[in-house]
Amino acid sequence: MRRSYRKDHRAPSAPRFVDSGLAAVEVRGVTRSAFLLRSTLAAGTLLGAGAVGPFVGRALAQKGGRSADVDVLNFALTLEYLETAFYDRALKLPLSAEVRGLARTFGEHEREHIEALRDTIDQLGGDPVQAPELSFPRTREAAFLRLAQTLEETGVSAYNGAATRIESAEVLAAAGSIVQVEARHAAAIRLQRGLEPAPEPTDESLDMERVLEAIDPFVKS
Amino acid sequence: MMPQSTRQTPEPEGPSALEELARDPASRKGFLRMAGGGAAGALALVLSACGGGGGDQKGGGSPAAGDARRQRDQARPGGAGATREPSPDPREGTSDEEILNYALKLEYLDTAFYAAVIEADLFRGADLDMLRRFRENERAHLQAVTAMIEKVGGTPVKRPKTKFPLSSPGGALRLAAALENAGAAAYLGQANRIRSKEVLAAALSIHTVEARHAAALNGRLGRPTAPTGSFAQPLTMEEVLTNTQRFIVST
Repeated sequence: MRRSYRKDHRAPSAPRFVDSGLAAVEVRGVTRSAFLLRSTLAAGTLLGAGAVGPFVGRALAQKGGRSADVDVLNFALTLEYLETAFYDRALKLPLSAEVRGLARTFGEHEREHIEALRDTIDQLGGDPVQAPELSFPRTREAAFLRLAQTLEETGVSAYNGAATRIESAEVLAAAGSIVQVEARHAAAIRLQRGLEPAPEPTDESLDMERVLEAIDPFVKS
Repeated sequence: MMPQSTRQTPEPEGPSALEELARDPASRKGFLRMAGGGAAGALALVLSACGGGGGDQKGGGSPAAGDARRQRDQARPGGAGATREPSPDPREGTSDEEILNYALKLEYLDTAFYAAVIEADLFRGADLDMLRRFRENERAHLQAVTAMIEKVGGTPVKRPKTKFPLSSPGGALRLAAALENAGAAAYLGQANRIRSKEVLAAALSIHTVEARHAAALNGRLGRPTAPTGSFAQPLTMEEVLTNTQRFIVST
């Protein structure tokens, strides 16, 4: 029989000022997407993953038409660069065979997301952004899993927040296909940490105004 | 009043067609395998399955392999189709009310399933905790979808009477995984057909939780977290309704 879940049943979306390790992730770069990713991580650090959706939704709302979809896709691409680099880096950490296998599989998924997003941006006539310079804290397994969970939950929230800004039905289908895999990763990592895989009925975003109020002082725009 | 769900004597054990559909969409001619690798191909196939199949999925069935291959080739950078044919907008043809009522049918099914499986008293410990949590989540989905239908001025369909083969813990877990993987694929199949941004946001926030349930159950069964790899595959209304029909006693 499996062990019971740990007591921490907080929602991934619940606001919390807890060190998830996210603050130690550095994103350097001058592109709009790199800036947006930095801001997104700040939102996630301050208020939890649930804050990311509304933040991203608002940030991406400034454009319209086909270029809006390219904007969304370039942001998603930057997020996937982050996740891919994170899992690549994990293979150099002292991890158990099981967790290493998980990092390898999930990293491969994220790498294919990159390829697909770049191709889709090309198809729309846009320019795929370059990967920003990234650095991650060197951690042991427990902290790696905690940060992995945070990044995956951030990804779920970001995709869900961005999806309502997407104009093209085809791009929306692709984003849906990717976010479902991110959610599956999040659940698997939660289980690996002894947490419930789906502690809340929805991956819902926090109220937008509340998020922006809390984030604004920390994000230069 | 009849009970909403009843236990049943064993059928051929396991979810069979539904399970097969969700785990490895053979009915979709094994899209990912056919793509012969390459994320661009895989994505193009997702697109062809989801967006390019035309507005009316009800009458559709699987798109022909040739269509999928054509779309895949077009998606390749530098491929023949640098400019794609405009595909019909999938948002045309089906109202948000219809899509929401389809979601409601699935949530009725999920809720009834978890109620039946818990009543069947097959599980203890962490498994039971997990099933109870999933039941709570599905109940919340049921309420959210019902509320959304009323909000768009629609009429929620009635709760059907259901039956599930629940003779063993293993069979019950396999059926749970089949329902959840198919449920996630069902939401994915509708995401780009929804017109209202509010309905879309609600559907997406449920979609990723069905995916979490599916991943957890897959893990419990020793199966891959993401059975179709890097890209989740959608299912059409027709595919899902046909394959869940056997759990419906009467509507």
